[in-house]
Amino acid sequence: MAEAAIASHPRRNPISRLWNDKQSRSVIIQVITISLVFAFFAYIIHNAVVNLQAIGKGFSYNFLWQPSSYDINQHLIEYDSRSTHFRAMLVGIINTVLVAICGIVLASIVGFILGVLRLSKNWIVNRLAYCYIEYVRNVPVLLHILLVHGLIVHAFPVPRQAISIGDVTYMTNRGIFSAKPIYEPLFLVVVVLFLFSLAFMWWFKRHAKKVQDETGQRYPVFWIGLGTIVGMPLVAFFLLGSPISWDMPELKGFNFTGGMVIRPEFIALLLALSLYTAAFIGEIVRAGILGVYYGQTEASYALGINRGRTLSLVVIPQALRIIVPPLTSQYLNLTKNSSLAVAIGYMDIVATIGGISLNQTGREMECMIIVLALYLVMSLIISAVMNWYNKRIKLVER
Amino acid sequence: MNDTPENSNGNSEKEFVIVIRKMHKWYGQFHVLKDINLNVERGEKIVICGPSGSGKSTLIRCINRLEEHQDGEIIVDGTELTNDLKNVEVVRREVGMVFQHFNLFPHLTVLDNCTLAPIWVRKEPREQAEVTAMEYLERVKIPDQASKFPGQLSGGQQQRVAIARSLCMKPRVMLFDEPTSALDPEMIKEVLDVMIELATEGMTMLCVTHEMGFAKTVADRVIFMDEGEIIEQNKPQEFFDNPQHDRTKLFLSQILNH
Repeated sequence: MAEAAIASHPRRNPISRLWNDKQSRSVIIQVITISLVFAFFAYIIHNAVVNLQAIGKGFSYNFLWQPSSYDINQHLIEYDSRSTHFRAMLVGIINTVLVAICGIVLASIVGFILGVLRLSKNWIVNRLAYCYIEYVRNVPVLLHILLVHGLIVHAFPVPRQAISIGDVTYMTNRGIFSAKPIYEPLFLVVVVLFLFSLAFMWWFKRHAKKVQDETGQRYPVFWIGLGTIVGMPLVAFFLLGSPISWDMPELKGFNFTGGMVIRPEFIALLLALSLYTAAFIGEIVRAGILGVYYGQTEASYALGINRGRTLSLVVIPQALRIIVPPLTSQYLNLTKNSSLAVAIGYMDIVATIGGISLNQTGREMECMIIVLALYLVMSLIISAVMNWYNKRIKLVER
Repeated sequence: MNDTPENSNGNSEKEFVIVIRKMHKWYGQFHVLKDINLNVERGEKIVICGPSGSGKSTLIRCINRLEEHQDGEIIVDGTELTNDLKNVEVVRREVGMVFQHFNLFPHLTVLDNCTLAPIWVRKEPREQAEVTAMEYLERVKIPDQASKFPGQLSGGQQQRVAIARSLCMKPRVMLFDEPTSALDPEMIKEVLDVMIELATEGMTMLCVTHEMGFAKTVADRVIFMDEGEIIEQNKPQEFFDNPQHDRTKLFLSQILNH
């Protein structure tokens, strides 16, 4: 039979034979695809180089070492207008990373709470969470940023009429001014004690698990932990005679000087980004919990395990497998949405190296490549961490 | 087995592990369980059968309050089931349940499935809980699978783990909700064998099942339900040989004649 079949196509040309072979066909398709992709990028880059040359521009990163000659209102590292563009970029990176990390933490906490509330059997709680989510996620995030910024700038008083909280913190439309701690040498003892209590709790948590494994008794680890980590340094702090002095913010002229300030741009961006993303995370968490087959909850109840433990021992560990992949996307979204900071003058990567530096030096090609690369690196790091976590909690199937 | 059913004639309630009186349940407008009265003696094995939708599963799910009843009372081992959450937990500790779809925890190993409740509810030391768990896993004949995950086991093995998991809590009553309905024919036997062994050891069992062979060999009493009511209950011999009600006759002819 087989011989007969072969004999029936005696004169197929070699190209047809190659194309109809499953393996070689896939190789051919891959080679063609890759060549096309490379050709496309080669054309684009060639075009860019030719055009840049036509207007008399080279491709060089030397401008990074020239003075930036602009100010940045929020800088966590030393910076002034005589610093280099490179330094400005670093400040931008730090500002972006700061708002992204704070945003991810805040969005996760609010999101998880929203998700659980959304599943509440209490009608009012449930509806409130529902309304919040539907309002927040159906308005573009840029509007949220502008709205929160506008609220702070227009609804908060000018520094002269600042809302004072115990004469230590002042809320104004120029930001939240607060006392800045100046550490005296003895404060080091408190820090050491704090680190020590952290280490102690790490050990104690394992010890408590061992005790539970051996005797079945469970210590209230959370409360003991809270007591140790907060209590011990606090007691030491007062025993040592409060080895901290405060640099108080003072009203001079039209604004406060001294102390430290959280700027309205940062507050607005952080709140808008994280509350916006929290709405999405809330729905993801809800989907995750609902995605765990209800029989799991019933089986746990049937064993006499109470509601809280059922949630923490049975439902959440399984829900996380559903939650983590889309949660990663939300973290990435939040990080990238932080580029909207430019709308309210928060000096992130886009506003510094991708904005003012670009305009001043005219190095659009180089600057945009830097910005693109930076976002790519940040996103890939987040992805890598989340994928690692996702793999760790994956179910063993067969 | 010194207290045979003949000794207890119903005047002292202590002899009954489960007492259900005039119990009703509605799903919205739908009247699922109508005036259920049922007393279960210690060590008694009861098989509940009936057409689908007759309320058999709902009835046994009321006994550990996975479903709430709206009228009448259910008393399990001296504790009445009400909205009191603590009471419900007390009852659930003493009542084991095996589900149609096993409902093992897929993120835990077989051993951890068995030790979870003893550790967190009974507050047993892990080592002791593991020793107990291994004993029961041996009794259901799968001690060698202890470190595997449920997803790696066959259906029959999973259901036997589910039985072992319930037994680890040392329950006084075991509820079975169609334990073999989701299994391949050759796996049904291995699960039924475990259940028969459990029955001969004197466990109080309520079992919703379509396995009439099991009912004939093991049950002390067979209960037939239809449309939310207990239509007929009798010793298995009489029940199968001489059913009283037309509906019972129809049901039996349908399930036995093929």
